[in-house]
Amino acid sequence: MHSESSKPLHTIDSVVIRFAGDSGDGMQIVGSQFTNTSALFGNDLATFPDFPAEIRAPAGTLAGVSGFQLHFAAHDIYTPGDQPEVLIAMNPAALRVNIKDLKKGGLVIVNQEKFIPREFEKAGITVNPLEDGSLEGYNVVKIDLQKSTKEAVEGLGLGTKEIDRCKNFYALGMTYWLYHRPMEATERWIQEKFKQPYQEANIRALRAGYHLAETLEVFHERFEVPAAKLEAGTYRNIMGNQATAIGLVAAAEKAGLRVFYGSYPITPASDILHYLAGMKSYGVYTFQAEDEIAAIGSAIGASYGGSLGVTATSGPGMALKTEAMGLAIMTELPLVIVNVQRGGPSTGLPTKTEQADLFQAIYGRNGEAPLAVISASTPADCFHMAFEAVRIATRYMCPVILLTDGYLANGSEPWKVPDPDSLPDLSVAFHTAKEGWRPYNRDAATLARAWVRPGTPGLEHRIGGIEKEDGTGNVSYDPDNHEKMVKIRQAKIDGIEVPDLEVTGDPGELLVVGWGSTYGSIRAAVELARSRGYKVAQAHIRYLNPLPKNTEAVLKSFKTVICPEMNLGQLATVLRAKTLVDVQTVSKVKGKAFTVAEIFAAIQAKQ
Amino acid sequence: MSRTYTKKDYMSDQIIRWCPGCGDYSILSQAQTVFSELQIPTENLVVISGIGCSSRFPYYVNSYGFHTIHGRAATIATGLKMSRPELSVWMVTGDGDALSIGGNHTAHVLRRNVDLQILLFNNRIYGLTKGQYSPTSEQGKKTKSTPFGSLDHPFNPAAFALGCDATFVARTVDIFTKDQRDVMHAAYAHKGASFVEIYQNCNIFNDGAWDALTEKVTREERVLMLKHGEPMIFAGGRKGIRLNGLRPEVVELGEGGLGPDDCLKHDETDPYLAAIIARMDFPEFPVPMGVIHRRERPTYEVLANEQIEAVQARSGKGTLQKLLLGGETWKVD
Ligand SMILES: Cc1ncc(C[n+]2csc(CCOP(=O)(O)OP(=O)(O)O)c2C)c(N)n1
Ligand code: SF4
Ligand SMILES: [Mg+2]
Repeated sequence: MHSESSKPLHTIDSVVIRFAGDSGDGMQIVGSQFTNTSALFGNDLATFPDFPAEIRAPAGTLAGVSGFQLHFAAHDIYTPGDQPEVLIAMNPAALRVNIKDLKKGGLVIVNQEKFIPREFEKAGITVNPLEDGSLEGYNVVKIDLQKSTKEAVEGLGLGTKEIDRCKNFYALGMTYWLYHRPMEATERWIQEKFKQPYQEANIRALRAGYHLAETLEVFHERFEVPAAKLEAGTYRNIMGNQATAIGLVAAAEKAGLRVFYGSYPITPASDILHYLAGMKSYGVYTFQAEDEIAAIGSAIGASYGGSLGVTATSGPGMALKTEAMGLAIMTELPLVIVNVQRGGPSTGLPTKTEQADLFQAIYGRNGEAPLAVISASTPADCFHMAFEAVRIATRYMCPVILLTDGYLANGSEPWKVPDPDSLPDLSVAFHTAKEGWRPYNRDAATLARAWVRPGTPGLEHRIGGIEKEDGTGNVSYDPDNHEKMVKIRQAKIDGIEVPDLEVTGDPGELLVVGWGSTYGSIRAAVELARSRGYKVAQAHIRYLNPLPKNTEAVLKSFKTVICPEMNLGQLATVLRAKTLVDVQTVSKVKGKAFTVAEIFAAIQAKQ
Repeated sequence: MSRTYTKKDYMSDQIIRWCPGCGDYSILSQAQTVFSELQIPTENLVVISGIGCSSRFPYYVNSYGFHTIHGRAATIATGLKMSRPELSVWMVTGDGDALSIGGNHTAHVLRRNVDLQILLFNNRIYGLTKGQYSPTSEQGKKTKSTPFGSLDHPFNPAAFALGCDATFVARTVDIFTKDQRDVMHAAYAHKGASFVEIYQNCNIFNDGAWDALTEKVTREERVLMLKHGEPMIFAGGRKGIRLNGLRPEVVELGEGGLGPDDCLKHDETDPYLAAIIARMDFPEFPVPMGVIHRRERPTYEVLANEQIEAVQARSGKGTLQKLLLGGETWKVD
């Protein structure tokens, strides 16, 4: 379609690019389009969208800035990148919020028309940053986006507002030229998404941006990031919440169960509900409950009936579900609870990420109330860990908390799609035989009680939250029985089989231990440190309760153990209590993921 | 092989722990009789309750039973009924359980119209926690937690249910055994959330709460037994209810030529009429008993399952392959 460029094309290894604008500017759309195109092109990639908490904060203000960062590379990468090399800023507010992150010498593309006094006021500045020397040291490209877009869509009879809505594609077209990206996938998407004349308008804007870049003198060269050498297989780009939803449904299929998903909308967990609500063809029940208590209650009711009860929420919603988790523990029913963690306490930082709900997950219930806690490390890993949550819940007849977070939920990466037949069989057999059965008889190996569905003749029985007599499950207030049952429930969770903790890197010296979404930054930092000759290793704990059996041995085999966490040291506290190893916290609680540089600095500090 | 069930088949082997003389005994007995009259297979019967004296009910019924947590029975029943619509699900709750801690869920289960039989034992007190006032206690009531009298205005449960657009609202009394069974039969026959308020005596903490209405000697004067299609007459035919504008009024029959035909006729299907009569309360009016309102509306679990089936009929059943390979994919060799 587009003619080959006369300008030199350089091959580079990776790029970090950030699109930033008003929430209404369509930055998430162009970010996802660039992502999709790069994924199809074969790059490895990682993305990080950054939304404001307000849906539409006043246009042009700092509160309304929405960003999308993408790291794409010709090799394996683990994070969306510490610092962008390219920033697209649609207005002064977007520039002001994001410029401090841009690498020195980086490229800034700004929409010049918005750099006027009225907009400065909204962004809280008095002088024009394009003229006050503050952008010295950056490569600044000024475009009149509205005007250029208007010219591109001329004759289609669009109003000013409608033209304005196409300008994000104009900007995207420019970046496509700069990084030598094919436009077909985005054009296909536009064709599917928009009706005429908007379809035509957006495609024209995209192509015009591409061609403008070719003619602009400031762009004297362009770059290409070749495809990464990923493992052979079929890939798709996937976001964390989507991977969680797919993992749950896949596991249920493998278990021969139907998913019943009860949930109450909350950021950043709502997308799981949105995805699952669209999966009715898989027989998935979705129930938007009146609150989080009803959500988990309905899931427990469904599990009682023989479905796979699932609920997901975030921070405040998790607090509301607490009592019902105790009921699921007492009645020993399978249940999956996903906590897409966000900044807390209380309403906290709804759109920002944090890992401060670990104590709550492991300990946050009345009574001795153990349950399984696991966590996902990357967006695609959400699939695997959701699958694991179902395995544990059904095999051990217990609730399982899966911890993800906002960073994983909205981030994306290429996912090597597993072969359906390679996924483990989780098939569940409901108990129907009367002979020798009692409601609280247990499997000798797993200590799980049998799953008996209402409707099974001859096995009528009652369960509830009052202490159970061992075996019969009858109400019992007997002191010895209570202690015995407390210990059995604990032993069942302690006995859950989980894979051993894996260590990568150099033995004996410094271990960086982590959990959840810090995986990528830790991995990148450890690799960087090792490439510079430091002796350091990584171990990432995916099973938090119970811990892998070799945890203590692993920690004790290192002289120093540090633990980066987006909290004040919750995993470190757990590990210290359980292993008596002096695990040292590296803390960051800013609603933002660790950068590679920050973890690298922590490693350096221990040399 | 079909078997026949006797009342005894619905009795569990558990020792009943209600106080001797508690109204709950009678309700349990009527329910067990109704289960046997309906011949509900014990394995297909599920009783779900919250927390309270009343909520001990499932332990005493030989069926599947789930004694859940305070106020949340409706949520668990909803999840069960949606995913297992073939089961007969009965929910047992108290005035505190359903209208205080669980008020939110009660409202929503009624508006959604999940096909459940909801038996609310209203003793106007918190029984299990030993005698605090409840959301149905009369204002000014002196209890352990309100030594100088309660300040709260009480709920009228039937009016609450109608406000939630319940499709079946009935009222009965623990000691009106025959009427209670009739109401339970009607509740079972109704497809949708059947809300049944049962006046229940807590002889320990609120003894005689309903005596003014239910004593044999005063009953005729103070209770109006509703019958669909029939005029609202009470006091042995001496009195009736007439509408004066939008307000009901008690009229003497016989004198001045007023007869049954001048009285308001009960129409269960009329939500406007239901709203008027549900609010009639002692001492100004006799208290209406029986089916106050009954209306057809699609039930939630049927809608939920039909929607899934419709999607599957339209786009086929999902497969693992389709699930995993959804969205845009690319191959790396
Ligand atoms: C979350 C929670 N809060 C409080 C309680 C204590 N509690 C148990 S039953 C009850 C009130 C019961 O009253 P009602 O529902 O009217 O039932 P009744 O005992 O009168 O039948 C209370 C407050 C509890 N079990 N759980
Ligand atoms: S306290 Fe009242 S409601 Fe509870 S069992 Fe005793 S009499 Fe019945
Ligand atoms: Mg009560």
